[in-house]
Amino acid sequence: MIDATLSFEEAMEKYDPVLGFEVHVELNTKTKMFSSAPNVFGDEPNTNVNEVDLGMPGVLPVVNRTAIESSIKIGLALNCKIAETCRFARKNYFYPDTPKNFQTSQYDEPIAYDGHLDIELSDGTVFRVEIERAHMEEDAGKLTHMGGAAGRIQGADYSLVDYNRSGVPLVEIVTKPIQGAGSRAPELAKAYVAAVREIVKNLGVSDAKMERGNVRCDANVSLRPHGRERFGIRSETKNVNSLRAVEHAVRYEIQRHAAVLDSGEPVIQETRHWHEDTRSTTSGRAKSDADDYRYFPEPDLVPIVASREWVEELRATLPEPPAERRKRLQADWGYSDLEFRDVVNAGVMDEIEETIAAGATATVARKWWMGEIVGRAKNADVDPGQLGVKAETIVELNKMVEAGKINNKMAAEVLDGVLTGEGTPAEIVEKRGLAVVSDDGPLLEAIDAALAAQPGVADKIRGGKVQAIGAIVGGVMKATRGQADANRVRELILEKLGVQA
Amino acid sequence: MAAINRDDVAHLARLAHIEMSAEELDRMAGELAVIVDSVKSVSEAAGDDVPATSHPIPLTNVFREDVVGHTFTAEQSLSGAPDAYEGRFKVPAILDED
Repeated sequence: MIDATLSFEEAMEKYDPVLGFEVHVELNTKTKMFSSAPNVFGDEPNTNVNEVDLGMPGVLPVVNRTAIESSIKIGLALNCKIAETCRFARKNYFYPDTPKNFQTSQYDEPIAYDGHLDIELSDGTVFRVEIERAHMEEDAGKLTHMGGAAGRIQGADYSLVDYNRSGVPLVEIVTKPIQGAGSRAPELAKAYVAAVREIVKNLGVSDAKMERGNVRCDANVSLRPHGRERFGIRSETKNVNSLRAVEHAVRYEIQRHAAVLDSGEPVIQETRHWHEDTRSTTSGRAKSDADDYRYFPEPDLVPIVASREWVEELRATLPEPPAERRKRLQADWGYSDLEFRDVVNAGVMDEIEETIAAGATATVARKWWMGEIVGRAKNADVDPGQLGVKAETIVELNKMVEAGKINNKMAAEVLDGVLTGEGTPAEIVEKRGLAVVSDDGPLLEAIDAALAAQPGVADKIRGGKVQAIGAIVGGVMKATRGQADANRVRELILEKLGVQA
Repeated sequence: MAAINRDDVAHLARLAHIEMSAEELDRMAGELAVIVDSVKSVSEAAGDDVPATSHPIPLTNVFREDVVGHTFTAEQSLSGAPDAYEGRFKVPAILDED
């Protein structure tokens, strides 16, 4: 069923959006939260597990010290207070993603609470998002629904379960209701999740790859008429797993809620599923008495006491905060404010940093990411980092251009080849026979031919209209199928005609 | 906590996936009420100076270093599974959850 929506502009005219986010961050500890099984993505199913992860009878969980330290670091980076004492609870539910029939999670005593994050929007406006809490929990196993409509739960005949992810340490970061964003709500949503991702990546506590589910966002949206204080009924869109999708999902839900409210119906409090293909959500599950999780303190784990000394020790290890890092990078790279903001908004700051670390200059790195790759990402409708361009590829391509082996146009063509999996830049250049014609002999022949084909142009150039040279250069480039170095061609023509450039 | 009534028992039974007949619900409501009342008497013994506790031994910060230990092979993991397919547990599709 396709839900009715209002245009975003009309929705904004009539209603005021209130947002809320739950961002789950998978920690990159070597082992799980409560067991010594490895925390590794992509291995054979059900091999990164032991008796604890499979919830076998009689096993005891033991807390991973590094996971606690990572969680405290996240709390500190989010300007939170760190609880002096906190504990885990059992969240009871029946679903095959947890073999224990409960998830071990913090509930009424989160490790970090009462923080905030200042989010910079694309025009430089700073918007403060209040953090309610950051609590620790364990990830669940991964279900694949089989039969029926492929991959979707609707109509599935059975499900297959891989518990490798079961017990991976998670930190769930919960905001307070975010008010006052107005029409910038979708942009703020994206910027907030990007900021959280940047923080955990910068801390080194998570691999922070959204495409792998290291950072997952549940987005809450509600609308209320302008001027009303009481919040409207919210929907919660689950597992929105790219920055672009966060922005789109919030925008879509605002438009959908507005249409529901306009029709005089109440919004249903429910979870929504995000569909990237149609850029819309569908109804998930209404809140029901199955949401009664009967939390109680986990009897197999003792409380965690974070002494002030321990917290200060951890605070001292925190890296430079992202805002300061940006200032430093901009200064190091020598970008103007506008150039740097464009880089940040395009989401390629980390990629440029990696490319420079791999050996490119700041100018070259920016030229490639902003000039070539961002556009390709836009066409492919993905985040630039998801295209799979490696820093080494850019460095290699640039070396070939600087050595005069290929020109910029060919380099862009080679990049396309790399992205479609044709091979390394060197292999593609070889396979496609790409090379700048640098031997002057064939160029001089092509120049003679071009001059003969366009009589009169030579006289114009000799007569001082040097810009007319473009026609001849164009002819030579055409004759050499783009393989000539245009600057060299220009030099040769001027030499031949005896004209000083 | 108020006494446990029949609706509470029915709710708990549903959450716990336990099927109970009307007679069982009636009987259990009475029995559970007695048990809850008995547990409640503990609060009469403990004064205001006794904090609520979730663990009998006053221990904190029992941690493990982040070092990889043993794991199972897929065969071992699945050895007790009623059904499996391609290295994974095969379970009935559950439609009312996401």
